[in-house]
Amino acid sequence: MLFLSCLLEYAIMPQERTAKRDFVAEHVRGIPRSGIRDFFDIVQSMDNVISLGIGEPGFVTPWHIREAAIYALEQGKTGYTSNLGLLKLRRAISRYVHDVFHIDYKPETEILVTVGVSEALDIALRSVINPGDEVLYHEPCYVSYHPSIQLVHGIGKAVQTVAAMKFSLRASDIEAAITARTKVLILNFPTNPTGATLGGDELEKIAEVCVNHDLLVITDEIYSELTYGAQHRSIAALPGMKDRTIFLHGFSKAFAMTGFRIGYACAPASLIEGMLRVHQYSMLCASIIAQEAAIEALTHGMDDVMAMREQYRLRRNFIVKSFNEIGLTCHTAEGAFYAFPSVRDTGLSSREFAVQLLERERVALVPGNAFGPGGEGHVRASYCTGMPDLEQAVERIARFVRRG
Amino acid sequence: MEDPLLKLLEEHALRTPDQLGKMLNCPAEEVKRRIKQYEDDKVILGYKAIINDDKLDTDLVKAVIEVRIQPEREGGFDRIAKRIAKFNEVTSLFLMSGGYDLLIFVEGRSLREVAQFVAEKLATLEGVTSTATHFMLKTYKEQGVLVDGGEEFERLKVSP
Repeated sequence: MLFLSCLLEYAIMPQERTAKRDFVAEHVRGIPRSGIRDFFDIVQSMDNVISLGIGEPGFVTPWHIREAAIYALEQGKTGYTSNLGLLKLRRAISRYVHDVFHIDYKPETEILVTVGVSEALDIALRSVINPGDEVLYHEPCYVSYHPSIQLVHGIGKAVQTVAAMKFSLRASDIEAAITARTKVLILNFPTNPTGATLGGDELEKIAEVCVNHDLLVITDEIYSELTYGAQHRSIAALPGMKDRTIFLHGFSKAFAMTGFRIGYACAPASLIEGMLRVHQYSMLCASIIAQEAAIEALTHGMDDVMAMREQYRLRRNFIVKSFNEIGLTCHTAEGAFYAFPSVRDTGLSSREFAVQLLERERVALVPGNAFGPGGEGHVRASYCTGMPDLEQAVERIARFVRRG
Repeated sequence: MEDPLLKLLEEHALRTPDQLGKMLNCPAEEVKRRIKQYEDDKVILGYKAIINDDKLDTDLVKAVIEVRIQPEREGGFDRIAKRIAKFNEVTSLFLMSGGYDLLIFVEGRSLREVAQFVAEKLATLEGVTSTATHFMLKTYKEQGVLVDGGEEFERLKVSP
Protein backbone atom coordinates (compact mmCIF):
# COMPACT_ATOMS: atom_id res chain seq x y z
CA MET A 1 0.00 0.00 0.00
CA LEU A 2 2.79 2.35 0.91
CA PHE A 3 4.55 1.38 -2.24
CA LEU A 4 1.48 2.19 -4.31
CA SER A 5 0.99 5.61 -2.80
CA CYS A 6 4.63 6.40 -3.42
CA LEU A 7 4.20 5.42 -7.01
CA LEU A 8 1.11 7.58 -7.30
CA GLU A 9 2.92 10.53 -5.79
CA TYR A 10 5.81 10.07 -8.17
CA ALA A 11 3.47 9.95 -11.16
CA ILE A 12 1.96 13.33 -10.40
CA MET A 13 5.25 14.91 -9.41
CA PRO A 14 6.29 16.22 -12.87
CA GLN A 15 3.23 18.41 -13.04
CA GLU A 16 3.90 19.91 -9.62
CA ARG A 17 7.50 20.55 -10.56
CA THR A 18 6.77 22.68 -13.62
CA ALA A 19 7.85 26.28 -13.27
CA LYS A 20 5.21 28.74 -12.12
CA ARG A 21 7.23 31.83 -12.70
CA ASP A 22 8.20 33.52 -15.96
CA PHE A 23 11.97 33.41 -15.66
CA VAL A 24 12.61 35.97 -18.38
CA ALA A 25 13.58 39.29 -16.82
CA GLU A 26 11.00 42.07 -16.94
CA HIS A 27 13.15 44.48 -18.91
CA VAL A 28 13.87 41.77 -21.48
CA ARG A 29 10.19 40.90 -21.76
CA GLY A 30 9.61 44.56 -22.52
CA ILE A 31 11.77 44.43 -25.64
CA PRO A 32 9.61 44.09 -28.73
CA ARG A 33 10.37 41.50 -31.40
CA SER A 34 12.30 43.15 -34.21
CA GLY A 35 10.05 44.25 -37.07
CA ILE A 36 12.67 42.88 -39.41
CA ARG A 37 12.65 39.46 -37.78
CA ASP A 38 8.91 39.38 -38.26
CA PHE A 39 9.11 40.23 -41.92
CA PHE A 40 12.04 37.85 -42.41
CA ASP A 41 9.83 34.89 -41.48
CA ILE A 42 7.35 35.76 -44.24
CA VAL A 43 10.11 36.18 -46.83
CA GLN A 44 11.82 32.92 -45.89
CA SER A 45 8.64 31.00 -46.63
CA MET A 46 8.58 32.14 -50.28
CA ASP A 47 10.49 31.13 -53.39
CA ASN A 48 11.82 33.21 -56.26
CA VAL A 49 12.13 36.34 -54.16
CA ILE A 50 14.46 39.15 -55.23
CA SER A 51 15.65 40.64 -52.01
CA LEU A 52 16.51 44.28 -51.54
CA GLY A 53 16.14 43.58 -47.86
CA ILE A 54 19.67 42.70 -46.91
CA GLY A 55 21.73 44.90 -44.62
CA GLU A 56 25.09 43.58 -45.74
CA PRO A 57 27.34 43.94 -48.78
CA GLY A 58 26.44 41.80 -51.79
CA PHE A 59 30.15 41.17 -52.31
CA VAL A 60 32.06 38.23 -50.92
CA THR A 61 35.02 39.28 -48.73
CA PRO A 62 37.95 40.09 -51.07
CA TRP A 63 40.01 36.96 -51.67
CA HIS A 64 43.29 38.23 -50.21
CA ILE A 65 41.50 38.86 -46.90
CA ARG A 66 39.91 35.41 -46.89
CA GLU A 67 43.29 33.97 -47.80
CA ALA A 68 44.87 35.71 -44.80
CA ALA A 69 42.29 33.99 -42.56
CA ILE A 70 43.09 30.61 -44.11
CA TYR A 71 46.81 31.26 -43.65
CA ALA A 72 46.23 32.13 -39.98
CA LEU A 73 44.58 28.73 -39.51
CA GLU A 74 47.41 26.98 -41.34
CA GLN A 75 49.88 28.67 -39.01
CA GLY A 76 47.98 27.25 -36.06
CA LYS A 77 46.66 30.60 -34.87
CA THR A 78 43.74 29.19 -32.97
CA GLY A 79 44.12 30.55 -29.45
CA TYR A 80 42.92 33.48 -27.38
CA THR A 81 44.46 36.90 -27.91
CA SER A 82 44.95 39.75 -25.46
CA ASN A 83 41.57 41.02 -24.23
CA LEU A 84 42.20 44.24 -26.11
CA GLY A 85 42.98 42.35 -29.32
CA LEU A 86 46.26 41.68 -31.16
CA LEU A 87 48.65 44.60 -30.73
CA LYS A 88 49.52 44.40 -34.44
CA LEU A 89 45.85 44.91 -35.29
CA ARG A 90 45.48 47.77 -32.80
CA ARG A 91 48.50 49.45 -34.38
CA ALA A 92 46.97 49.03 -37.83
CA ILE A 93 43.68 50.47 -36.55
CA SER A 94 45.50 53.41 -34.99
CA ARG A 95 47.23 54.20 -38.30
CA TYR A 96 44.02 53.77 -40.28
CA VAL A 97 41.93 56.00 -38.02
CA HIS A 98 44.68 58.59 -38.12
CA ASP A 99 44.94 58.51 -41.93
CA VAL A 100 41.23 58.39 -42.71
CA PHE A 101 39.60 60.27 -39.82
CA HIS A 102 42.54 62.37 -38.57
CA ILE A 103 42.09 61.26 -34.96
CA ASP A 104 44.96 59.87 -32.88
CA TYR A 105 44.35 56.90 -30.58
CA LYS A 106 47.13 55.04 -28.75
CA PRO A 107 47.18 51.35 -29.71
CA GLU A 108 48.21 50.32 -26.18
CA THR A 109 45.44 52.00 -24.17
CA GLU A 110 42.82 53.64 -26.39
CA ILE A 111 41.73 50.88 -28.78
CA LEU A 112 39.68 47.75 -28.02
CA VAL A 113 38.98 45.09 -30.65
CA THR A 114 35.41 43.74 -30.42
CA VAL A 115 33.08 41.19 -31.97
CA GLY A 116 31.60 43.63 -34.48
CA VAL A 117 30.25 47.08 -33.72
CA SER A 118 27.26 45.33 -32.13
CA GLU A 119 29.36 44.14 -29.20
CA ALA A 120 31.22 47.46 -29.08
CA LEU A 121 27.92 49.36 -28.75
CA ASP A 122 26.66 46.96 -26.10
CA ILE A 123 29.75 47.21 -23.89
CA ALA A 124 30.00 50.97 -24.45
CA LEU A 125 26.47 51.38 -23.08
CA ARG A 126 26.99 48.83 -20.30
CA SER A 127 30.10 50.62 -19.14
CA VAL A 128 28.66 54.14 -18.99
CA ILE A 129 24.92 53.93 -18.26
CA ASN A 130 23.48 53.98 -14.76
CA PRO A 131 19.84 52.89 -14.45
CA GLY A 132 17.59 55.76 -15.49
CA ASP A 133 20.21 57.65 -17.51
CA GLU A 134 18.80 59.02 -20.73
CA VAL A 135 20.35 58.22 -24.10
CA LEU A 136 19.44 60.21 -27.21
CA TYR A 137 19.57 58.71 -30.69
CA HIS A 138 18.20 59.78 -34.04
CA GLU A 139 15.36 57.96 -35.78
CA PRO A 140 14.75 56.23 -38.21
CA CYS A 141 17.76 54.21 -37.14
CA TYR A 142 19.38 50.84 -36.90
CA VAL A 143 17.12 48.44 -35.04
CA SER A 144 19.35 47.69 -32.08
CA TYR A 145 19.88 51.13 -30.51
CA HIS A 146 16.73 51.32 -28.45
CA PRO A 147 16.80 47.68 -27.24
CA SER A 148 20.50 47.99 -26.36
CA ILE A 149 19.70 51.00 -24.18
CA GLN A 150 16.78 49.16 -22.56
CA LEU A 151 19.02 46.18 -21.77
CA VAL A 152 21.27 48.37 -19.62
CA HIS A 153 18.27 49.95 -17.85
CA GLY A 154 18.77 53.26 -19.64
CA ILE A 155 15.99 55.40 -21.08
CA GLY A 156 16.18 55.72 -24.87
CA LYS A 157 14.82 58.90 -26.41
CA ALA A 158 14.52 59.23 -30.16
CA VAL A 159 15.10 62.53 -31.97
CA GLN A 160 13.18 62.42 -35.25
CA THR A 161 14.78 63.17 -38.60
CA VAL A 162 12.64 63.89 -41.66
CA ALA A 163 12.66 63.26 -45.41
CA ALA A 164 12.51 66.99 -46.20
CA MET A 165 15.96 67.32 -44.56
CA LYS A 166 17.27 64.13 -46.21
CA PHE A 167 17.01 62.60 -42.72
CA SER A 168 19.97 64.57 -41.45
CA LEU A 169 20.07 65.73 -37.84
CA ARG A 170 19.64 69.22 -36.43
CA ALA A 171 21.49 70.38 -33.33
CA SER A 172 18.41 72.32 -32.19
CA ASP A 173 16.31 69.12 -32.16
CA ILE A 174 18.89 67.40 -30.00
CA GLU A 175 19.04 70.34 -27.64
CA ALA A 176 15.26 70.35 -27.27
CA ALA A 177 15.32 66.70 -26.14
CA ILE A 178 18.01 67.13 -23.48
CA THR A 179 17.01 66.88 -19.80
CA ALA A 180 19.00 66.83 -16.58
CA ARG A 181 19.25 63.02 -16.91
CA THR A 182 20.62 62.98 -20.47
CA LYS A 183 24.07 61.44 -20.55
CA VAL A 184 24.76 60.02 -23.99
CA LEU A 185 24.07 60.86 -27.64
CA ILE A 186 24.34 58.05 -30.19
CA LEU A 187 25.17 59.14 -33.74
CA ASN A 188 25.19 56.96 -36.85
CA PHE A 189 26.15 58.75 -40.05
CA PRO A 190 25.89 57.60 -42.80
CA THR A 191 22.67 56.17 -41.42
CA ASN A 192 21.04 52.79 -41.79
CA PRO A 193 18.25 52.87 -43.11
CA THR A 194 18.09 56.36 -44.63
CA GLY A 195 21.58 56.80 -46.08
CA ALA A 196 21.66 60.22 -44.44
CA THR A 197 24.95 62.02 -43.88
CA LEU A 198 25.77 64.87 -41.53
CA GLY A 199 27.34 67.96 -43.04
CA GLY A 200 29.99 70.32 -41.71
CA ASP A 201 28.18 73.19 -39.99
CA GLU A 202 25.54 71.07 -38.30
CA LEU A 203 28.15 68.59 -37.07
CA GLU A 204 29.98 71.46 -35.37
CA LYS A 205 26.77 72.75 -33.81
CA ILE A 206 26.00 69.28 -32.48
CA ALA A 207 29.49 69.07 -30.99
CA GLU A 208 28.83 72.45 -29.35
CA VAL A 209 25.58 71.15 -27.82
CA CYS A 210 27.41 68.08 -26.46
CA VAL A 211 30.07 70.26 -24.85
CA ASN A 212 27.52 72.68 -23.38
CA HIS A 213 25.48 69.87 -21.83
CA ASP A 214 28.49 67.69 -20.98
CA LEU A 215 27.27 64.71 -23.01
CA LEU A 216 29.19 61.62 -24.07
CA VAL A 217 28.88 60.78 -27.78
CA ILE A 218 28.88 57.21 -29.05
CA THR A 219 29.43 57.45 -32.79
CA ASP A 220 28.75 54.38 -34.93
CA GLU A 221 30.97 54.89 -37.98
CA ILE A 222 30.27 51.56 -39.66
CA TYR A 223 29.21 53.10 -43.00
CA SER A 224 31.73 55.96 -42.99
CA GLU A 225 33.80 54.72 -45.95
CA LEU A 226 30.63 54.48 -48.01
CA THR A 227 29.94 58.14 -48.69
CA TYR A 228 29.42 59.38 -52.23
CA GLY A 229 29.35 63.15 -51.96
CA ALA A 230 31.29 65.29 -49.53
CA GLN A 231 34.12 63.69 -47.54
CA HIS A 232 32.83 62.06 -44.35
CA ARG A 233 33.89 63.65 -41.06
CA SER A 234 33.58 62.07 -37.64
CA ILE A 235 32.44 64.13 -34.68
CA ALA A 236 35.40 62.69 -32.76
CA ALA A 237 37.75 64.68 -35.01
CA LEU A 238 36.32 68.05 -33.94
CA PRO A 239 38.28 70.10 -31.38
CA GLY A 240 37.72 68.90 -27.83
CA MET A 241 35.45 66.02 -28.87
CA LYS A 242 37.88 63.11 -28.60
CA ASP A 243 37.66 63.29 -24.80
CA ARG A 244 33.89 62.83 -24.80
CA THR A 245 33.47 60.40 -27.70
CA ILE A 246 33.49 56.64 -28.06
CA PHE A 247 34.31 55.99 -31.70
CA LEU A 248 32.93 52.66 -32.96
CA HIS A 249 33.92 51.15 -36.25
CA GLY A 250 34.29 47.77 -37.92
CA PHE A 251 35.04 45.82 -41.05
CA SER A 252 31.60 44.50 -41.99
CA LYS A 253 30.41 47.06 -44.50
CA ALA A 254 33.48 48.67 -46.09
CA PHE A 255 35.45 45.42 -46.41
CA ALA A 256 32.41 43.14 -46.88
CA MET A 257 33.32 41.10 -43.78
CA THR A 258 29.98 40.79 -41.95
CA GLY A 259 30.43 37.10 -41.13
CA PHE A 260 33.85 37.66 -39.57
CA ARG A 261 32.16 39.62 -36.75
CA ILE A 262 35.00 42.05 -36.15
CA GLY A 263 34.97 45.67 -35.05
CA TYR A 264 36.62 48.06 -32.63
CA ALA A 265 36.12 50.89 -30.18
CA CYS A 266 38.44 53.88 -29.81
CA ALA A 267 38.12 56.21 -26.84
CA PRO A 268 40.13 57.88 -24.08
CA ALA A 269 41.94 55.31 -21.91
CA SER A 270 39.55 55.62 -18.95
CA LEU A 271 36.53 54.76 -21.11
CA ILE A 272 38.35 51.90 -22.86
CA GLU A 273 39.30 50.60 -19.40
CA GLY A 274 35.61 50.62 -18.44
CA MET A 275 34.61 48.80 -21.62
CA LEU A 276 37.45 46.31 -21.16
CA ARG A 277 36.06 45.31 -17.76
CA VAL A 278 32.82 44.23 -19.42
CA HIS A 279 34.48 42.74 -22.49
CA GLN A 280 37.05 40.62 -20.59
CA TYR A 281 34.36 38.85 -18.56
CA SER A 282 31.78 38.50 -21.31
CA MET A 283 33.49 38.09 -24.69
CA LEU A 284 37.10 37.65 -23.58
CA CYS A 285 38.42 38.50 -27.04
CA ALA A 286 37.41 38.59 -30.70
CA SER A 287 38.25 35.55 -32.84
CA ILE A 288 41.94 35.48 -33.69
CA ILE A 289 41.17 34.37 -37.24
CA ALA A 290 38.96 37.41 -37.78
CA GLN A 291 41.64 39.62 -36.23
CA GLU A 292 44.28 38.30 -38.64
CA ALA A 293 41.92 38.89 -41.57
CA ALA A 294 41.29 42.42 -40.27
CA ILE A 295 45.01 43.18 -40.29
CA GLU A 296 45.16 42.17 -43.95
CA ALA A 297 42.08 44.30 -44.70
CA LEU A 298 43.56 47.43 -43.15
CA THR A 299 47.01 47.01 -44.66
CA HIS A 300 46.08 45.93 -48.21
CA GLY A 301 42.34 46.36 -48.60
CA MET A 302 41.70 50.00 -49.45
CA ASP A 303 41.65 49.42 -53.22
CA ASP A 304 38.85 46.90 -52.72
CA VAL A 305 36.90 49.38 -50.61
CA MET A 306 37.21 52.05 -53.30
CA ALA A 307 36.16 49.61 -56.04
CA MET A 308 33.10 48.45 -54.08
CA ARG A 309 32.17 52.02 -53.20
CA GLU A 310 32.21 52.97 -56.88
CA GLN A 311 29.87 50.06 -57.65
CA TYR A 312 27.51 51.14 -54.86
CA ARG A 313 27.55 54.73 -56.13
CA LEU A 314 26.46 53.68 -59.63
CA ARG A 315 23.78 51.37 -58.26
CA ARG A 316 22.51 54.16 -56.02
CA ASN A 317 22.18 56.49 -58.98
CA PHE A 318 20.26 53.80 -60.83
CA ILE A 319 17.84 52.92 -58.05
CA VAL A 320 17.13 56.49 -56.88
CA LYS A 321 16.41 57.61 -60.45
CA SER A 322 14.24 54.53 -61.02
CA PHE A 323 12.20 55.04 -57.83
CA ASN A 324 11.51 58.66 -58.75
CA GLU A 325 10.45 57.63 -62.26
CA ILE A 326 8.09 55.04 -60.81
CA GLY A 327 6.54 57.74 -58.65
CA LEU A 328 8.04 56.77 -55.29
CA THR A 329 9.70 59.99 -54.14
CA CYS A 330 13.24 59.21 -53.12
CA HIS A 331 16.03 61.52 -51.95
CA THR A 332 19.56 60.91 -53.19
CA ALA A 333 21.17 59.38 -50.14
CA GLU A 334 24.79 60.43 -49.80
CA GLY A 335 25.97 57.40 -47.86
CA ALA A 336 25.56 53.73 -46.84
CA PHE A 337 23.87 51.43 -49.36
CA TYR A 338 20.21 52.09 -48.74
CA ALA A 339 17.54 54.01 -50.62
CA PHE A 340 14.60 55.07 -48.47
CA PRO A 341 11.77 56.02 -50.83
CA SER A 342 8.38 57.28 -49.70
CA VAL A 343 5.38 55.05 -50.43
CA ARG A 344 2.78 57.55 -49.16
CA ASP A 345 1.41 58.33 -52.63
CA THR A 346 0.31 54.72 -53.04
CA GLY A 347 -2.06 55.17 -50.08
CA LEU A 348 -0.51 52.13 -48.39
CA SER A 349 1.32 51.95 -45.08
CA SER A 350 4.96 50.83 -45.09
CA ARG A 351 4.01 47.37 -44.00
CA GLU A 352 1.08 47.02 -46.40
CA PHE A 353 3.29 48.13 -49.27
CA ALA A 354 6.07 45.70 -48.34
CA VAL A 355 3.75 42.73 -47.74
CA GLN A 356 1.66 43.27 -50.89
CA LEU A 357 4.75 43.83 -53.03
CA LEU A 358 6.21 40.62 -51.66
CA GLU A 359 3.04 38.63 -52.26
CA ARG A 360 2.32 39.96 -55.74
CA GLU A 361 5.74 40.59 -57.21
CA ARG A 362 8.12 38.64 -54.97
CA VAL A 363 10.35 41.59 -54.13
CA ALA A 364 11.47 41.99 -50.52
CA LEU A 365 11.95 45.47 -49.08
CA VAL A 366 11.97 46.31 -45.40
CA PRO A 367 9.03 48.39 -44.08
CA GLY A 368 10.34 51.74 -42.85
CA ASN A 369 8.58 51.49 -39.49
CA ALA A 370 10.89 48.60 -38.56
CA PHE A 371 13.41 51.40 -37.95
CA GLY A 372 11.15 53.37 -35.62
CA PRO A 373 7.78 55.09 -36.00
CA GLY A 374 9.49 57.92 -37.91
CA GLY A 375 10.16 55.48 -40.75
CA GLU A 376 6.44 54.99 -41.44
CA GLY A 377 5.53 55.95 -44.99
CA HIS A 378 8.89 54.72 -46.31
CA VAL A 379 10.54 51.44 -47.25
CA ARG A 380 14.22 50.55 -47.15
CA ALA A 381 15.73 49.17 -50.35
CA SER A 382 19.35 48.08 -50.15
CA TYR A 383 21.26 48.43 -53.37
CA CYS A 384 24.11 46.21 -52.27
CA THR A 385 22.55 43.57 -54.54
CA GLY A 386 24.05 43.20 -58.03
CA MET A 387 22.73 45.16 -61.01
CA PRO A 388 20.81 42.30 -62.70
CA ASP A 389 18.73 41.79 -59.55
CA LEU A 390 18.29 45.53 -59.06
CA GLU A 391 16.99 45.91 -62.62
CA GLN A 392 14.58 43.02 -62.19
CA ALA A 393 13.38 44.37 -58.85
CA VAL A 394 12.79 47.86 -60.25
CA GLU A 395 10.71 46.40 -63.11
CA ARG A 396 8.58 44.43 -60.68
CA ILE A 397 8.10 47.38 -58.32
CA ALA A 398 7.09 49.59 -61.26
CA ARG A 399 4.47 47.02 -62.32
CA PHE A 400 3.19 46.80 -58.74
CA VAL A 401 2.83 50.57 -58.38
CA ARG A 402 1.20 50.99 -61.83
CA ARG A 403 -1.48 48.44 -61.05
CA GLY A 404 -2.17 50.16 -57.74
CA MET B 1 41.02 58.94 -64.79
CA GLU B 2 39.15 56.15 -66.52
CA ASP B 3 35.61 56.92 -67.59
CA PRO B 4 33.15 54.88 -65.46
CA LEU B 5 31.16 54.30 -68.65
CA LEU B 6 34.03 52.25 -70.07
CA LYS B 7 34.31 50.29 -66.85
CA LEU B 8 30.60 49.46 -66.91
CA LEU B 9 30.73 48.31 -70.53
CA GLU B 10 33.84 46.29 -69.86
CA GLU B 11 32.00 44.44 -67.09
CA HIS B 12 28.83 43.89 -69.05
CA ALA B 13 28.51 45.17 -72.60
CA LEU B 14 24.80 44.41 -72.98
CA ARG B 15 23.66 47.19 -70.66
CA THR B 16 21.30 49.59 -72.42
CA PRO B 17 22.00 53.33 -72.77
CA ASP B 18 18.97 53.89 -70.54
CA GLN B 19 20.37 51.76 -67.70
CA LEU B 20 23.83 53.25 -68.13
CA GLY B 21 22.39 56.77 -68.11
CA LYS B 22 20.59 56.11 -64.83
CA MET B 23 23.75 54.74 -63.23
CA LEU B 24 25.90 57.60 -64.46
CA ASN B 25 23.33 60.32 -63.84
CA CYS B 26 23.16 61.50 -67.44
CA PRO B 27 20.66 61.25 -70.32
CA ALA B 28 20.60 58.06 -72.43
CA GLU B 29 21.29 60.16 -75.54
CA GLU B 30 24.59 61.34 -74.09
CA VAL B 31 25.57 57.75 -73.30
CA LYS B 32 24.89 56.79 -76.93
CA ARG B 33 26.96 59.72 -78.16
CA ARG B 34 29.91 58.87 -75.92
CA ILE B 35 29.86 55.19 -76.88
CA LYS B 36 29.84 56.16 -80.57
CA GLN B 37 32.80 58.44 -79.96
CA TYR B 38 34.75 55.67 -78.22
CA GLU B 39 33.99 53.32 -81.10
CA ASP B 40 35.13 55.89 -83.67
CA ASP B 41 38.32 56.55 -81.71
CA LYS B 42 39.02 52.79 -81.48
CA VAL B 43 39.01 53.03 -77.69
CA ILE B 44 36.27 50.40 -77.82
CA LEU B 45 37.52 47.76 -80.27
CA GLY B 46 34.50 45.47 -80.16
CA TYR B 47 32.03 43.54 -77.99
CA LYS B 48 32.20 39.81 -77.34
CA ALA B 49 30.64 37.22 -75.08
CA ILE B 50 32.96 35.22 -72.81
CA ILE B 51 32.06 31.64 -73.64
CA ASN B 52 32.88 28.61 -71.55
CA ASP B 53 34.00 26.17 -74.26
CA ASP B 54 34.09 23.29 -71.79
CA LYS B 55 30.29 23.45 -71.66
CA LEU B 56 30.02 23.09 -75.42
CA ASP B 57 30.43 19.96 -77.46
CA THR B 58 33.35 21.28 -79.52
CA ASP B 59 36.88 20.11 -80.08
CA LEU B 60 38.18 23.65 -80.16
CA VAL B 61 41.90 23.64 -79.44
CA LYS B 62 43.69 26.56 -77.87
CA ALA B 63 47.42 27.08 -77.60
CA VAL B 64 49.95 29.73 -76.69
CA ILE B 65 53.10 29.97 -78.78
CA GLU B 66 56.32 31.61 -77.72
CA VAL B 67 58.08 32.96 -80.77
CA ARG B 68 61.58 34.31 -81.19
CA ILE B 69 62.12 36.59 -84.12
CA GLN B 70 64.98 38.46 -85.68
CA PRO B 71 64.25 42.17 -85.29
CA GLU B 72 64.75 44.29 -88.38
CA ARG B 73 66.85 47.41 -88.79
CA GLU B 74 63.78 49.47 -89.73
CA GLY B 75 60.67 48.81 -87.69
CA GLY B 76 62.07 46.31 -85.15
CA PHE B 77 59.47 43.63 -84.45
CA ASP B 78 56.47 45.44 -85.92
CA ARG B 79 56.47 44.20 -89.51
CA ILE B 80 56.62 40.51 -88.65
CA ALA B 81 54.25 40.86 -85.68
CA LYS B 82 51.62 42.63 -87.77
CA ARG B 83 51.98 40.00 -90.44
CA ILE B 84 51.44 37.18 -87.95
CA ALA B 85 48.50 38.99 -86.38
CA LYS B 86 46.56 38.84 -89.65
CA PHE B 87 46.19 35.04 -89.57
CA ASN B 88 42.68 33.99 -88.56
CA GLU B 89 44.07 31.37 -86.19
CA VAL B 90 45.66 34.10 -84.06
CA THR B 91 43.28 35.47 -81.41
CA SER B 92 45.76 37.65 -79.49
CA LEU B 93 49.35 38.65 -79.97
CA PHE B 94 51.73 40.51 -77.69
CA LEU B 95 55.34 41.68 -77.81
CA MET B 96 57.00 40.48 -74.61
CA SER B 97 60.08 41.17 -72.54
CA GLY B 98 62.19 38.20 -71.45
CA GLY B 99 63.24 34.92 -73.03
CA TYR B 100 61.19 35.23 -76.24
CA ASP B 101 59.73 38.06 -78.30
CA LEU B 102 56.14 37.36 -79.25
CA LEU B 103 53.42 35.54 -77.33
CA ILE B 104 50.69 34.33 -79.62
CA PHE B 105 47.30 32.92 -78.61
CA VAL B 106 45.91 30.66 -81.31
CA GLU B 107 42.70 28.70 -81.77
CA GLY B 108 41.97 25.83 -84.12
CA ARG B 109 39.35 23.17 -84.69
CA SER B 110 41.83 20.37 -84.02
CA LEU B 111 45.31 19.69 -82.80
CA ARG B 112 46.29 19.04 -86.39
CA GLU B 113 45.04 22.40 -87.54
CA VAL B 114 47.08 24.26 -84.91
CA ALA B 115 50.17 22.10 -85.60
CA GLN B 116 49.81 22.78 -89.29
CA PHE B 117 49.55 26.51 -88.69
CA VAL B 118 52.76 26.47 -86.67
CA ALA B 119 54.70 24.24 -89.02
CA GLU B 120 53.54 25.67 -92.31
CA LYS B 121 52.68 29.30 -91.69
CA LEU B 122 54.45 30.51 -88.59
CA ALA B 123 57.82 28.71 -88.46
CA THR B 124 58.45 29.27 -92.14
CA LEU B 125 58.14 33.04 -91.93
CA GLU B 126 61.38 34.80 -92.65
CA GLY B 127 62.70 36.27 -89.42
CA VAL B 128 61.07 33.67 -87.13
CA THR B 129 63.98 31.86 -85.48
CA SER B 130 62.15 29.51 -83.07
CA THR B 131 58.72 28.57 -81.73
CA ALA B 132 57.52 26.73 -78.61
CA THR B 133 53.86 25.67 -78.61
CA HIS B 134 51.90 24.96 -75.40
CA PHE B 135 48.40 23.52 -75.67
CA MET B 136 45.84 24.58 -73.08
CA LEU B 137 44.26 21.74 -71.13
CA LYS B 138 41.67 23.34 -68.89
CA THR B 139 40.34 26.83 -68.20
CA TYR B 140 39.93 28.03 -64.61
CA LYS B 141 39.47 31.74 -65.18
CA GLU B 142 38.68 33.53 -68.41
CA GLN B 143 39.03 37.30 -68.75
CA GLY B 144 38.35 37.96 -65.10
CA VAL B 145 35.51 35.45 -64.79
CA LEU B 146 35.89 32.32 -62.66
CA VAL B 147 34.75 29.43 -64.85
CA ASP B 148 32.91 27.49 -62.16
CA GLY B 149 31.75 30.55 -60.21
CA GLY B 150 31.61 28.90 -56.82
CA GLU B 151 31.52 32.17 -54.85
CA GLU B 152 27.79 32.22 -54.29
CA PHE B 153 26.48 31.55 -50.85
CA GLU B 154 22.92 31.90 -49.68
CA ARG B 155 22.65 35.13 -47.71
CA LEU B 156 19.80 35.86 -45.36
CA LYS B 157 17.06 37.41 -47.49
CA VAL B 158 16.31 40.09 -44.95
CA SER B 159 18.74 41.41 -42.36
CA PRO B 160 18.96 44.61 -40.33
